Amino acid sequence: MFGLDKKDTRLLIIVAILTFCAPIILNPFPADSALAQFNAGYPDLMQRFVIFGIFAIGFNILFGLTGYLSFGHAAFLGVGSYSAVWMFKLLSYNVVPAIILSVITAGLFAIVIGFVSLRRSGIYFSILTLAFAQMSYNLAYSVLTPITNGETGLQVYSNDPQYLKGNGPDVTHLFGLEMRSILEIKIAGWTFDFTIGYYMCAVIMLISFYLAIRIFRSPFGLMLRAIKANQTRLNYTGISPRPYMLAAFVISGMYAGLAGGLLASMDPLAGAERMQWTASGEVVLMTILGGVGTLLGPVLGAGFIKYAENIFSKINENVLHSWFSFLPDGLEEAVVWLFARFVGEGWHLTLGLMFMLIVIFLPGGLVEGGQRIARAFGRKDKDASSSTPAE
Amino acid sequence: MDAIILQILNGLDKGSAYALIALGLTLIFGTLGVVNFAHGALFMIGAFCAVTLQRLMKISYVTIDESQKDFLGNPLEVKVPYLQSWFGESFGTALIDWSVPIAIVFSIPVMLAVGYTMERGLIKHFYKRPHADQILVTFGLAIVLQEIIKYFFGANPIQTPAPSAFLGSMDFGVLLGFDPNVIIYPVWRLVYFAFSAIIIAGVFAFLQFTTFGMVVRAGMADRETVGLLGINIDRRFTLMFGLAAAVAGMAGVMYTPILSPNYHMGMDFLVLSFVVVVVGGMGSLPGAVAAGFLLGILQSFASMNEVKAILPGIDQIIIYLVAIIILLTRPRGLMGRKGVMED
Repeated sequence: MFGLDKKDTRLLIIVAILTFCAPIILNPFPADSALAQFNAGYPDLMQRFVIFGIFAIGFNILFGLTGYLSFGHAAFLGVGSYSAVWMFKLLSYNVVPAIILSVITAGLFAIVIGFVSLRRSGIYFSILTLAFAQMSYNLAYSVLTPITNGETGLQVYSNDPQYLKGNGPDVTHLFGLEMRSILEIKIAGWTFDFTIGYYMCAVIMLISFYLAIRIFRSPFGLMLRAIKANQTRLNYTGISPRPYMLAAFVISGMYAGLAGGLLASMDPLAGAERMQWTASGEVVLMTILGGVGTLLGPVLGAGFIKYAENIFSKINENVLHSWFSFLPDGLEEAVVWLFARFVGEGWHLTLGLMFMLIVIFLPGGLVEGGQRIARAFGRKDKDASSSTPAE
Repeated sequence: MDAIILQILNGLDKGSAYALIALGLTLIFGTLGVVNFAHGALFMIGAFCAVTLQRLMKISYVTIDESQKDFLGNPLEVKVPYLQSWFGESFGTALIDWSVPIAIVFSIPVMLAVGYTMERGLIKHFYKRPHADQILVTFGLAIVLQEIIKYFFGANPIQTPAPSAFLGSMDFGVLLGFDPNVIIYPVWRLVYFAFSAIIIAGVFAFLQFTTFGMVVRAGMADRETVGLLGINIDRRFTLMFGLAAAVAGMAGVMYTPILSPNYHMGMDFLVLSFVVVVVGGMGSLPGAVAAGFLLGILQSFASMNEVKAILPGIDQIIIYLVAIIILLTRPRGLMGRKGVMED
């Protein structure tokens, strides 16, 4: 189907079903139960799942296939957000032109940055992309304030021209369908929210996912893998890897721009902090956590990180006390104190630990973890893949 | 002319910090071949050594002085640091006043221990892994260290003043034969520069003139052969990691009067120091030092109003711009060696 082989079609269909049913699947607990805070099925969070999924899928096309670790991908996300908000300011709240422009601008940026950065490889490439991203971040905060609105962040004001607005709504919409319009269904104790915004993002994510599969299976994708495997040899066969690399870089930059545009479409705001290098680090983590170079990995990783971020940072000491109230008093205090260090404000500590643990114990990410478990039922050769040889 | 000299001086203190951190980073690159993203965190831990020592020294007991009254009319509570009661009033006060320089002594064993633990506990297992993995695991470690410091010391910057003898500014221009009041420069920044020059010289002398240093240099050039000669090079490299940590820590201690330490100061310096290392040339110690000072001075020139009037925003991006230009024209950096981190 769609030019995919059987296995990929099955994967795509499974992902599609999971994405479309996410508002139901991610709400396993009744709304008023104590476990309701583990529900992830509310629009804001689900949108972030799929948007960062797109970001990570795009990043994986570069990092997973070619092995070039970019530490500045957040710059494209930021650029995409800014261009989308500018479209809202100038034209109307319709998201279509905003998303198109954000993809195009991010692509143009990626051509320039990629053209320069790709002249070096390895750690130098990482530092070059990092330098470009930090430059964009610093400029967005200082000199480019007329375009980016500096520290306040770019947003739409009531006196903006919005030439095409007419009688259109005052919130982001897709030809009249408001992003925030919500269909709430209550069944017994459960509440399920279906929003236009989430489904638009989900459809776009599925299209991006489909394109990524096609890229992975195409001769172009094979060429990118060849670059990762042995670039020197590729040179000797008379093929210049540069155009392929640049194409991969631009494609992944456009994915990031798309994600940025979608972020702005869900909430018409853009701030420079989206470009900071920690944001670039986050997408690297998502990809690694899920599984570098796998199709499903980045989406899983993005969902996992965003879910953990949201859940961990929401829990506070009161919640912990209610959980551990069955323990004897002194012990309860100790346990709550211990856990409180890792949740709420301490979420970053958990993130850092997760970073380390994943890289140390599970370099292949969740996908590899799943495969290992699957394999453990067959035979026991777990150690074969536990150490990745140096490149 | 005087404006130029002033800008050079302004660049020196930042440049010294960059140079010291970059020196440590390069030592680690050159010896262990590890890309250490947690090096900024070591700088930060050093700075917090100074904060800790200052707090320890200020631990006081409270006596109630009946003869004085506070504004509510209650007897005044007088806090006397233990140091004052142990060592006498004048010497005790002097000790507290000099807490930052004393913290250097305190920080060296702490940083050596931190560095040693880090290398043995974590970095050791990453020699053979790709650079991407090394970057990620040390990046995670940096976040963890940062959060631990944040838990103990809070998120706000903590003031740690320099000894009162070094407070204020001096008229540096007079020494060079300029008119008085032309080049005024804070004393502590000069101290910082002199201190970093001593440390850098010390590290180079250690590598150049001791047997230990000779073995380490040989190991940097060809690790395998040194190993074949029956020298336990790993142990020496571990010590070099500790040394690099100590250098970063001392840089942090001395920097506290210039910039009140907060928990993310390490990250702020790290990215820049990385750029410095790349500009100087991976694995080249003189390159790291030269590039550190060069970029520090360039940055201070770029923040002159005259320059900013021509190229707005240049002060924000100069370092990255220089890095991009250097990497594209001299791919190995200013003094990079052939065969080091070429891939």
